[in-house]
Amino acid sequence: MADEWNPKIQAIICNWCSYAGADLAGGARIQYPPDVRAVRVMCTGRVDMLFILKAFVDGADGVLVSGCHFGDCHYLEGNYKAAKRMFMIKSLMKNIGLDDKRFRMTFVSASEGAKWGKVMEDVSNKVRELGPSPIKEFQK
Amino acid sequence: MAENPEARIGVFVCHCGTNIAGSLDVKDVAEYAKTLPNVAYSAEYQYMCSTPGQNMIKEAIDKHKLTGIVVAACSPRLHEPTFRISTKEGGLNMFRFEMANIREQNSWVHMHGMHDEATQKAKDQVRMAVAKAVYLEDLVPKSVPVEKAAMVVGAGVGGIQAALDLASAGIKTYLVERTPTIGGRMSQLDKTFPTLDCSQCILAPKMVDAGRHPNIELLSYHEVETVEGYIGNFEVTLRKKARGVMNPVEAAAKGIVGGGCNGCGDCTAVCPVIKPNPFEFGMAPRKAIYIYHAQVVPLIYTVDFESCVKCGLCVDACGEKKAIDLEMQDELVKYKIGTVILATGFDFINIEEKKEWGYKRFDNVIHSLEFERLICASGPTGGHLIRPSDGKTPTSVGFVLCAGSRDNTGGVAKAYCSRFCCMYSLKHAHQIMEKIPGCKAYIFYMDIRSFGKAYEEFYYRIQHEGCKFIRGRVANILEDPDTKNLHVFTEDTLLGRPVDIELDMVVLASAIQPRDGANELRKKFGVSASQDGWMLEAHPKLNPCGTTTAGVFLAGVCQGPKDIPDTVAQAEGAASAASIPIHMGEVELEPYFAQCVEDLCAGCGMCVNLCPYGALALTESNGRTVMKVTEAKCKGCGTCGGFCPGGAIKMQHFTTPQIVAQIDAFLLGGQ
Repeated sequence: MADEWNPKIQAIICNWCSYAGADLAGGARIQYPPDVRAVRVMCTGRVDMLFILKAFVDGADGVLVSGCHFGDCHYLEGNYKAAKRMFMIKSLMKNIGLDDKRFRMTFVSASEGAKWGKVMEDVSNKVRELGPSPIKEFQK
Repeated sequence: MAENPEARIGVFVCHCGTNIAGSLDVKDVAEYAKTLPNVAYSAEYQYMCSTPGQNMIKEAIDKHKLTGIVVAACSPRLHEPTFRISTKEGGLNMFRFEMANIREQNSWVHMHGMHDEATQKAKDQVRMAVAKAVYLEDLVPKSVPVEKAAMVVGAGVGGIQAALDLASAGIKTYLVERTPTIGGRMSQLDKTFPTLDCSQCILAPKMVDAGRHPNIELLSYHEVETVEGYIGNFEVTLRKKARGVMNPVEAAAKGIVGGGCNGCGDCTAVCPVIKPNPFEFGMAPRKAIYIYHAQVVPLIYTVDFESCVKCGLCVDACGEKKAIDLEMQDELVKYKIGTVILATGFDFINIEEKKEWGYKRFDNVIHSLEFERLICASGPTGGHLIRPSDGKTPTSVGFVLCAGSRDNTGGVAKAYCSRFCCMYSLKHAHQIMEKIPGCKAYIFYMDIRSFGKAYEEFYYRIQHEGCKFIRGRVANILEDPDTKNLHVFTEDTLLGRPVDIELDMVVLASAIQPRDGANELRKKFGVSASQDGWMLEAHPKLNPCGTTTAGVFLAGVCQGPKDIPDTVAQAEGAASAASIPIHMGEVELEPYFAQCVEDLCAGCGMCVNLCPYGALALTESNGRTVMKVTEAKCKGCGTCGGFCPGGAIKMQHFTTPQIVAQIDAFLLGGQ
């Protein structure tokens, strides 16, 4: 395993929709690549932009934030507020020369286990396509 | 992040039989945990949720002087409460517990040829959980009193049953219905399968009971406007739609002695405006001041202000009772309740869009609820089934099952089984053969799903009565323009040949979908939707009446297609579940509140507008402007904490150090 590069992808996902969707994917035995590690928060509204930047600074090859669909937020509108911040993250990444495709926000409901599996595939494939994060190289 | 040298974490890795141990190396993960900083003890066990497993936690807390517990097992959504109690029984604060989800989000999704990768992922997950556990703090659940009242939204048979049960358990219950009468879909049916009870005869006693139960306040012609609060303390604002007619109580409140609507119907007799009656699907007229049918509860007339010309004839006819107020306006009324049951039922899909069957294009193609009204003695034809095109009695009727159900063609079609159409179509076939001697019944079906108690026997009975069963989806229906007879084209898949049958009439057993407006309603109560659009239960098997919003419960078809027995059963279950917090008197809320660290707060007030609950406000403290949290209003989403530019908002149990520790542990640890 040491020789082969496997991406490290940090996910921060909300308890009510995406975490439940991920659990549903598990129950349904939907298979997906093992590159993502999730941190559970109650709502994507909790996701401070610094968490995402910290993950990139720590060398994450990709970061995923996943919450409820618009209008379905358990806390009414936390996901709208999170989504607004995520646009800022994207423009910030462009400014510092980090490919903004390494960051993604998705909306997976508690009943979308199959979609969670698809998101896992997509995120993993995209990051594999982009290769290791350049930040790691700078830090060497 | 500085390590907390005091922390002593115990790690317990669960095999879950082979659920986890079959896909990754549990022993290796447990051994690895021992090498992590702050881990004082690590073990693995077959079933951590078993009594011996829980005892291991309790004993280890004492023996190894642990300050935090990590269990690597299933989802915290499943067993977090279990292990929190073990942690508490072992002498620690119950919030000094963190779970690593190595089953739903690891062993079950990396099953084939992924052993090493899954083991590595489990190690990462344990490392992240330990990192968070180091920063866990003692928290105290907040106990809040529960309002001794419940609300049921939707007064079909499910809502009525739930309200009756709650009320009989001594709970003040508000039964909210947006149409002028309670009764719902069941009051539109003629007979019920398989017993052939008259639907209205068995429903009406419940409607009457609901109308006169001292603990039920019937709020017909009301709609939910807004919902605030949380379990135990919901504040629901209802729109009391202008009915134009006062009941005796309302009239008395306005000083009209002995007045108010007594249901005499003098007003409707003089009303000059004629409109189609939606209860009869437009097959019968009603006036602008109307009741839906003879057995409405409450018996009070309603003015349809959209069609009323305000001629005032009804006011004159009403006379001294002075029940009618044509200037009445909508009112918003607030209700405080502890728990709520949603029972909003179903609509048919817009079957007109399945153009191949010609609904609305051909007069003699009707849907099943129209058939119910046409065959019902209280319906527009007095129970004499007639063809809409010419009023003649049909001699042959076809029933198209799965009309839009079990259909993956998209559009209005639904992939799911609507679950009761097979049975009611069998009943319809029986009814026409019974009522119209010599009339032939044809059922076009894919499978007959007669799964309930005495259902299969009923199916046999209809077979013996002479109904023709043709196994095949109906490809299309065409009309003979002269006779208005219908040609039904299908393939008889048992005989393997195409079929063209000429029939007098066709009834489409249309697929069902959530009631119009149910989607908006569920969002007001914070209830999620299943992928098929029905409201999502907390757990499909173990919590079918609950939702992810504490204190909100589901009954009947709004949660998914079900027939009357299942609806009533679920309504009784939901009523029982909804009564528990009310009888307990208080509930514990997870203390995930926001807290302001006043030293860091600059008093900018950015967070105040972010809070969807109005829980934050600026206040003066030690001569500075700082933010203050009203804990009772905070639901712990953390939207404020995710934004605060000064990092002055501490989200309990999801603090910045805890989350950053997890991120660091994943990306920097373990190399």
